[in-house]
Amino acid sequence: MSGKNLQEYWKKNLGYVAILLAIWFLVSYVFGIFLADSLNAVRIGGAKLGFWFAQQGSIYVFVVLIFVYVYLMNKLDNEYDVHEE
Amino acid sequence: MSVQTWTFLIVGLTFALYIGIAIWSRAGSTKEFYIAGGGVHPIANGMATAADWMSAASFISMAGLISFMGYDGGVFLMGWTGGYVLLALLLAPYLRKFGKFTVPDFIGDRYYSNVARTVAVICAIIVSFTYVAGQMRGVGVVFSRFLEVDINMGVYIGMAIVLIYAVLGGMKGITYTQVAQYCVLIFAYMVPALFISLTMTGNVIPQLGFIGTVEDGSGAYLLDKLDQLHRDLGFAEYTSGSKDMIDVFAITFALMVGTAGLPHVIVRFFTVPKVADARKSAGWALLFIAILYTTAPAVAAFARTNLINTVTNTEYAQMPDWFKKWEETALLAWVDKNNDGVIQYQKGAPFVGKPEQVRENGEAVRGQYGEVKITNAPSTDNANELYIDQDIMVLANPEIANLPAWVIALVAAGGLAAALSTAAGLLLVISTAVSRDLIKMQIKPNISEKAELWWARGGAAAAVLVAGYFGIHPPGFVAATVALAFGLAAASFFPAIVLGVFDKRMNREGAVSGMIVGILLMLYYMLKYKLGYFGGGGKDDWWFGISPEGFGTVAMVVNLIVSFTVSRLTAAPPQEVQDIVEDIRIPRGAGGAHAH
Repeated sequence: MSGKNLQEYWKKNLGYVAILLAIWFLVSYVFGIFLADSLNAVRIGGAKLGFWFAQQGSIYVFVVLIFVYVYLMNKLDNEYDVHEE
Repeated sequence: MSVQTWTFLIVGLTFALYIGIAIWSRAGSTKEFYIAGGGVHPIANGMATAADWMSAASFISMAGLISFMGYDGGVFLMGWTGGYVLLALLLAPYLRKFGKFTVPDFIGDRYYSNVARTVAVICAIIVSFTYVAGQMRGVGVVFSRFLEVDINMGVYIGMAIVLIYAVLGGMKGITYTQVAQYCVLIFAYMVPALFISLTMTGNVIPQLGFIGTVEDGSGAYLLDKLDQLHRDLGFAEYTSGSKDMIDVFAITFALMVGTAGLPHVIVRFFTVPKVADARKSAGWALLFIAILYTTAPAVAAFARTNLINTVTNTEYAQMPDWFKKWEETALLAWVDKNNDGVIQYQKGAPFVGKPEQVRENGEAVRGQYGEVKITNAPSTDNANELYIDQDIMVLANPEIANLPAWVIALVAAGGLAAALSTAAGLLLVISTAVSRDLIKMQIKPNISEKAELWWARGGAAAAVLVAGYFGIHPPGFVAATVALAFGLAAASFFPAIVLGVFDKRMNREGAVSGMIVGILLMLYYMLKYKLGYFGGGGKDDWWFGISPEGFGTVAMVVNLIVSFTVSRLTAAPPQEVQDIVEDIRIPRGAGGAHAH
């Protein structure tokens, strides 16, 4: 694979990582901590939303984030022909 | 059948299973000993990672801890799961592609320096020993409570079991026993949780019962009811925090980054066949962990509500059997401050220190209402009469919810599975650090594979003995140093590995100085504010209002700044190292792990 393609592959990977980590930060630190008090005005079932993100929601999102990354990278690996046999 | 018989039966069966697996999967080569031959299926590795990660503390103490901390307990829930996102996105695939056996391997090769390798070995050993001492103690505690043997006897039994499968099977034996242990521990955790959720909320799924209504005809939501109970008794609301926001942030971040930097977790991702499997495996691991970690806060809320309802303003004489039984273990204690025979439970410590029971001929002496007598001086600044240890929330849960005897036995087997699986994973890191990172890579590079394997087995055996010693004579600083383990990993490994992959220009000088400054700063802060050296200091003296538990975040940032600055002022890494970095960034050509 040529150097240019490799750079492009790496750049796309970094783009995915940046977006997914931004969501990671948003659900745990922003929703679960910084804005928890304000979000607590809203409810999901019997739980205040900020509290729920800190004890439940963020964990669900974490799991989804990893599987989304797996999906995106498998596709990217094939596209740039760097996947393993 | 009695609880005791059930416990012997279930614990005995699970132990037989673990040893059977160890014999079936014993290691024949160093590659099998270090990374299970590199052929572990990603889902199996996910289960093994989950068991490796979830310790006796996760299984026994976490729900109790959360039930006493309320909202603030979220730092552990987010902190100990969010790290897997970092692992999957920033570390696991690249370390797998790099294709060596240990974390010091990567640090030593990437930074072309045995100094870096040695710093990494020392960190790995400190972090792992800190952890493993607590696990052996956990094994002893579970044995002593459920099988009524001495704690030390429990530690010996645990040592013998771990010795068999870690020394014999290495990573291969450990991996497949951990898969079995995950199944045992998650089953043991979920069965009581499902039962309790069903009885309290009418919903069998704890995660839904948690946000549902209480099954008492009032139609109130569980968490609202709990907040109300807390207000009535003078506690802070369950769903609001009492820690400073900056500290909650720092602790959560330090735990996440520390998790991603723990060597016994990272090394599990060396065992899968492909780079794509390393990513996938991190996802499975987190999914398996999340099952327990999203159940724990529900269990915490159920147990808290149940407990308050059962004990508050009720006569001691009317307490159920479990209350009287668990009093014997000193995890519960009651002092009747106002001599009315009724339990008053409120905010505040009932007395000074942990309960000291009055014992005659090995039996606890009981007072006028039948309560276990204690000698502690009652605190006079509050009216609280009840002492509750957080561990009781999980351990006594089946009895509190009136579950059958076999469920109680199952909880014992689950606690043991959690403690043993984590201990084994840690011991492997220690033995590998000795046999490979020190002997093979530094002292005797010409060592034969057979001799190296013997060093690895010997290292594992020696590590079991040391861990057992700490289990029997627990050093007073264990509780403090568990937080230190995360801080250390966050301040040392995590930046060194991430920069090694994502910053091609990062060189030996930058990484080594960053690791050393990061570790020393972390150690200094812990020693000063946790253990009282260097003049000590309290909450008001903390830097930026950050507790020692959260300081790993600061130390990590300092590491990053130092690494970056020093690397830009010194020579770029040699071309072949830069080529390694290019190579680990693409998955193709990972193949099996290789020794050279």
